[in-house]
This record gives sequence, C-alpha cells and structure tokens, in this order.
Amino acid sequence: MSQFIDRRLNPKNKSAVNRQRFLQRFRGQIKKAVADAVAKRSVTDIDRGENIQIPAKDISEPVFRHGKGGRREVVQPGNKEFVSGDKVPRPEGGGGGGGNQASNTGEGMDEFVFELSRDEFLDFIFEDLELPHLVKRQLAREAAFKSQRAGFTADGSPSNLHVVRSMREALARRMALRAPSKDAKRELEEELEALLASDNPDETRIQALREEIERLAKKIEAVPFIDTFDLRFRNRVQVPKPSTQAVMFCLMDVSGSMDETKKSLAKRFFLLLYLFLSRNYEKIEVVFIRHHTIAMEVNEQDFFYSRETGGTVVSSALELMGQVIRERYPSADWNIYGAQASDGDNWPEDSSNCYDLLMDTIMPSVQYYAYIEINNHEPHSLWMEYEKVAEHWPNFALQPIYGAGDIYPVFRELFKKQTA
Amino acid sequence: MSRQPLSEGSEWTFELLKTYDAEIGRIAAGYGLDTYPNQIEVITSEQMMDCYSSTGMPVFYPHWSFGKQFLSVEKSYRRGYMGLAYELVINSNPCIAYLMEENSMTMQALVIAHACYGHNSFFKGNYLFKTWTSADAIVDYLVFSRHYITECEERHGVEAVEDLLDSCHALMNYGVDRYRRPPPLSMAEEQHRQKEREEYLQSQVNDLWLRTVPRKEKQAVEAVQNFPPEPEENLLYFFEKNAPLLEPWQREVIRIVRKIAQYLYPQRQTKVMNEGWATFWHYTLLNRMYEEGLVTDGFMLEFLQSHTNVVYQPPYNSKHYSGINPYALGFAMMSDIRRMCENPTDEDKYWFPEIAGSDWIKTLDFAMRNFKDESFIAQYLSPQVIRDFKLFSVLDDDTRPELEITGIHDEAGYRYVRHTLSEQNNIGNQEPSIQVYRVDTRGDRSLTLRHYQHDRRPLGETTPEMMKHVRRLWGFKVRLETVDKTGRVMRSYECD
Repeated sequence: MSQFIDRRLNPKNKSAVNRQRFLQRFRGQIKKAVADAVAKRSVTDIDRGENIQIPAKDISEPVFRHGKGGRREVVQPGNKEFVSGDKVPRPEGGGGGGGNQASNTGEGMDEFVFELSRDEFLDFIFEDLELPHLVKRQLAREAAFKSQRAGFTADGSPSNLHVVRSMREALARRMALRAPSKDAKRELEEELEALLASDNPDETRIQALREEIERLAKKIEAVPFIDTFDLRFRNRVQVPKPSTQAVMFCLMDVSGSMDETKKSLAKRFFLLLYLFLSRNYEKIEVVFIRHHTIAMEVNEQDFFYSRETGGTVVSSALELMGQVIRERYPSADWNIYGAQASDGDNWPEDSSNCYDLLMDTIMPSVQYYAYIEINNHEPHSLWMEYEKVAEHWPNFALQPIYGAGDIYPVFRELFKKQTA
Repeated sequence: MSRQPLSEGSEWTFELLKTYDAEIGRIAAGYGLDTYPNQIEVITSEQMMDCYSSTGMPVFYPHWSFGKQFLSVEKSYRRGYMGLAYELVINSNPCIAYLMEENSMTMQALVIAHACYGHNSFFKGNYLFKTWTSADAIVDYLVFSRHYITECEERHGVEAVEDLLDSCHALMNYGVDRYRRPPPLSMAEEQHRQKEREEYLQSQVNDLWLRTVPRKEKQAVEAVQNFPPEPEENLLYFFEKNAPLLEPWQREVIRIVRKIAQYLYPQRQTKVMNEGWATFWHYTLLNRMYEEGLVTDGFMLEFLQSHTNVVYQPPYNSKHYSGINPYALGFAMMSDIRRMCENPTDEDKYWFPEIAGSDWIKTLDFAMRNFKDESFIAQYLSPQVIRDFKLFSVLDDDTRPELEITGIHDEAGYRYVRHTLSEQNNIGNQEPSIQVYRVDTRGDRSLTLRHYQHDRRPLGETTPEMMKHVRRLWGFKVRLETVDKTGRVMRSYECD
C-alpha cells in the first residue's frame, strides 16, 4: 500500500525564490545591517556570510488577537501547592501565563535574526559601491580554476579521444584474448607435424587435428580489432590556479580632520581593493600605514579606530611604504598594490616630496596605485602633484569621492584589465 | 520470541524501509486502522526546511513570508536550537509523508508508524476532515493556485500580488466557514468555472452598486439598507463577493487563500486529538513489533528516548513551559481510554460507565471519528489524567487585584477543570469574534465590522495594523466596533 520515492536528487532550494522575495522586501533594513557588519569586520575578512538582525516588528505578519484585560481563565499543569480558592498575586507581565496563545516562531522576540549567505552579503556590499555587472560577477566568483590534464579515462567525448592510447589498449586486449587459443593451436600444429612426419599417419586423427586447428584459427580471427572497451580519452580536471602572492598597502591620513564618515568611506575603498586582489592572488598580505606628521605601521584595529590629532605630512607614509617594500617585499617576488585615502590636507611644502617619492621609488615597483580624496571640494597642492604623477604612470589612479558610489571608478582601469 | 529482528544497525536502506513499512502496516491493519495509501518521500534536511517554510505543503505559491519562515528555520536548525521535527504529513490521498535521510532506521520506523498510520488514519476517519477537506483534490488545487498566482504576478507585478496576499494572510483565520459545508474542490471544475466566475462576479458586484433607476424605489432602498442582511463571519468570502473595486483576478486570489484556510481549519481544531492519536499509535505499533521480536533492544531504547521527549509536559513554573503540550495531553488521554477499557477502576466505572470495560479498539476508534479537541476533552478527560498532569485552573480577572485558583485536581475540581480546559481549546474563544456588520450602500460605502466581546476581552495591539489590511481589501473607509454582551459599543477603530 505504500510507495517510496527518493526525492533527494530533486532540485533543492525550492525556497530560493521566497528567500529572494524576503531580501528584496526588506532591502532597506538589511542594507543598514550589512553596513554595520562591514564597519565591524576586518578588511581581510569580508568574504563570508553574516548574521543579520532586523527589528521583528518591521516584518511581523499581524492577525487579529486578544489583548490584555477582561476575564481569562486558563488551565495549567504541574500544580504543587495551590488549592481551590487561593488568591495569588499577579506575576510580572500580567496574565496567568500565556496558556492558550499560540506563539509564532520569530514573533515575540524583538529582533529577527537570520543568516545571509556569502553571495547575498557581497551583493549588498556591491550594491552600495555601484559596481558594473561584469565586475560584480568577477568579484563574486570563487577562486579561479584552470583545467589540467589528468591522465586518461575510459569514457569521454569523442573530441578527447586519444588514438595512440586506444590502439595500445586494443593491442593488449587482442593479445590477451588470443593467447590461449594461439597456444592451443601451436600445440596442435606441432602434433600435426609430428603425425605427418611419422611413417603411418593416423588419417582420422589428422583430420580431427586439422578441423580443430581450423576452428582455433577462426576463433583467433574473431577477436575484434577494436572494441569500445579499448577507447581511452584525455581526462582534464579543474585545479585551483597556481597562486601568486600580492601585498596591499593601505595608507591613510588619521589627522584630526578625518572623521568617522570619511574613515568608513576609506574602509570601503580598501575593502574593494582587497576583494579584487583576493580573486586574483592566492596569498595576500596587507600592510596598514597611518600617518599624521609621522607614519607608523599598525594593525587594522588601530588603523581604523584609534584617534589621533595633529598636522599632516603625507610623505612620511610614502617614505615608510618604500622602506617596507625594500625590507620585506622585493618586487620580483611580490605584486604590490598601493591604496591611499586622505582628505587632501597636507603641508604645502611636503607635497612636492610626495611627487618625488612616488616617481622615483614607489611607482616603479607597484602594479597599481590608487588614491582617493574624500569630501574635499577644493583640491590642494597634494592633488595637483598627484595629477602630475598620473600623467606619467598609467597605473596610477586618483579620484575625488563624496559617497560610496564614487569609489569604483578609481579601479576601473584595474578591473578592465582583468576582466578583458 | 525467537524471530529474527528486521535489522540490527542504525543504517537504513530502501529495502529495509519497505520491510519495516510492510510489518508496521500489517500490525496497523490488525488493529483496524483504516488509512489512505501512503506516498513516502525521502528528502534531505535542506528540503525539509523548504517544506516547513510553506506550511508543509509540497507545492505552494511564492510569497516573501515563506522566505522569512525559511530563514528562521534554517537559523535555528544550523545553530542546533531545534532538530527538524521528524514528522511532516499531508492530508491528501495518497497521504504524503516525508522521511529525512539523516535519520536512523529507528527514527524512520517511528515516523512511518506516527505519520503514515497514525495521522493518516486520523485524516481519513475524523468527521471534521471528512466534512471539510477533500484529500483527493488538494494537491491538484495547490498546483492550480500556484500556477494562477504566478500568472497574476506576471500580469500585474509581484508587488501588487504580494500586497494582496499579505492582507489575505492577515485575515486567513477569518476566511473559513464554520457551519456551511463548502462544495468539494475539484481542479478541473475550478478551471472550467474560473472564467465564468470572473464575469459573473463582476456583474454581481455591479448589480449591488450601480443600480441605476430602481423600478420600485422604496423596496430597493430597504433591500440595500441592511446589507448584509445577516452578519457575515467569513470576512474573506464577503470581500471576494462584495468588495466593489476589486478586479476579477483579485477576487480569485482571495478565493484561493480562503480555500486553503478552509482546508487547514480542521487541523487547527484537532491538535490534541490528532497528535495524541498518532503518538498513541506509534507507541502501540512499535511496542507490538518488539513483542514479536522484530526489533532489537537498542531500537527500543532509541525509540523510547525520542518518544519521552515528545510527550514531556513541563510544569507551569518551568522555564521550558509554553502551554499544554498537545502531544503529551493527547497521548495521555488516548492511553487512558485504553486503560479504562482494559483495567477499569471503581472511579472509572462511576465517571465513564459506557467506556469502563468496553472493547478498547472500538471505543478509541469512535472517539477519533466523532470529536474535535474541545468536545473530545469535555467527553473523555478523566480524573486520572487531571491528577497525572496536576491540572488547575486560574482566573485572571482585570477587575480584581489578584489571580484566583478556581479549580484543582481534586474531587470538587474535576468537572470544573475539564470544562475550562475544553473551553480553552475552543478556537471560537481563542480568536476574537469579528463579523461584517453593515455596509453603508447609500452613502460613503464604508464598511463596519463588529467585534463581539467574549469575557470582556479587548482586541490586541495589532488591531490598527489589521485595519489597514481590511481597508485594502474593501477599498473604502472601514470601521471596527467592539460591542459588549448588551450590544453597547465599547470602543471603535477606523481606517480611512
């Protein structure tokens, strides 16, 4: 009477559509939650999903309900001390326990918590950055693979047929299949020769031997020259791209004028570069250099969150970057990328130093250098000098930005080169 | 018993599933369980979550709220807050049940006994399901409704359809006929009549509103003055038939939600019975297998551990307490009926003269067929079970400073506690009673709903939000009046 069906191979994710609907509907709230998550995360740790919380009341599905008040009588289990007629003070929160209120999952808690997958999470980030589709696709891709030869298989597409291999297999098979018959035939032939050479040959035996030899010869002949069993195909497997290494320098001005908004914009800028690099290199190191009048190499936490005040000498950071490259990252072994964010303030006499440093030491050794100037409506000396650098070096990009959407154009060249 | 157990290990295979199913089916038939044929589907936990998110249905129309459901199930499951319940079964013919591939052989056998023979026979035998649902047609109808709603989305945009569905879902509990027998569902007929219905409905509505020059002015006025002539409890039905501005496709969508609500309605009224019945039978069937030597001691240990978890009832002051566990109460009551039949005490003979000492299989079968939770409890809750659960009733009256214990598990309290628990399981008391009261057909077309108060209980904080949904469906101003027993309006809400 019962029928069993194995549904395990059916397409999963019947709910994918509904999931997308949900994300679409609460885009606003989720985006905010993603932005908060980005602020909390490290630049190098952007490539995974995230727990998202949104206020439960925003997504509740109301039904008509009774509220508090009136007269309610509820039966409860587990009485230990009460007898009829007892009076009991009202517990906190009123009501004699929610005995008959069906609680909806997810309702009744203040926050609705759920998990965004890595792809969904990146999607929300990219949306902010207004990335073109092609680039989104490239960034959301998992690590690249290249296909590599991996011996031979017994089945495959005709275009991968390996003729020599197949013929060799056929030969081996023919030898193996014919061997027993050949041995038998040879023995019989020897016997026949002996008989024929003898004085009074036994005619019936000779006849029998001849027939048997004939039969064996046919059998040998019947082994096919080639059989589907012999075919061998070239096999290819996907292996991760051989990895190369890259180092990314993040330079940021942390003088008093860089406030939280500017820093969070800068963070997105570094983040995007990191994502891009992680798609193209197996191993990435990140060096954080912050500066006001002096530059220091710091960890990410200090880079983004510790407060400093003081003037601004940009060249100190470039100087330090050059020094780190010389000491630890010889450009023969490393792909070096530089990303610098600042609000454009600098000692006027220092800007020409920056020009010299870039031109002489840094630009010759880096793959790409990107500079963004945040919320600065009047370019100063630094911007002028950097513009001159850009004229000389096609791999130098600079861009004034006022919102997350302006960050991508800095990388346009870089992405174009890679996706082409 | 010298018979060989069916299997020793915890691994299951399709052959083993068939073997176990055959044995369980044989024993169930021996007890006279009458079931639909089973369609047992093996699925992954991922697919189980999918099923969960759309009220367990194999097909369902798309809606964001199912996505929300999925995310929340997935979260708790990944975190280990909940194991996926191992039983999901659909009231259809054949009866569809799901087995999760991660489960051990013991759990699979438990689910087969519980869902494929327990729930299945309940669906087939209980009068509510027989009267209100069409097990033969439901899957086809769901396919039709998904197709129709997807088509609407293509024609009118996802947002328009989702908004409408939001409002329908909000009023889903007010989309059921409680007394009228709905016509049985039939896929072919639905599609055949759909076209006609669209045109017909539109003409009906127009008739109501666009009366040009009535032949007999006076009579016409009186006819429409009191519209609807009787208060209408099925709000969705009322909107489908009478909301003036709805497009035909919108009426059809309301109808779909209404039909599904109607189909699910009996399940909401028989939680205790249905789960109690299924739990009682899985317990009985698997124990019988053990007696016959078909399963090992290890099997029984694993099964009993799971079973005890399911039928555990935390006391009211425990932090795990969230009301009375329908599995626990239902199982206790079903087992108690069998106990009264086989080993009646003097108390049983006094309280249940017809049951004490009768044939337990017949008595239990009769109970399963002819009751719903409230009447089942009123009829069968024995002093023994009240004592076992230590049930007591608490009165919370907002005119008094303190709570009062009105009855406990003693001679004086049995009847009172039983009556109170029965009332508590009456859906009519759990949900506010709200009906369409009047439509101002001559003036601004506004609609008035009435909330008939029960025990002076007010409406909850969701009401203003709900008014927006009612407003969306009706299309004009809506009003909701809370009236007390004497018909005095206590409070009113409006949404323009």
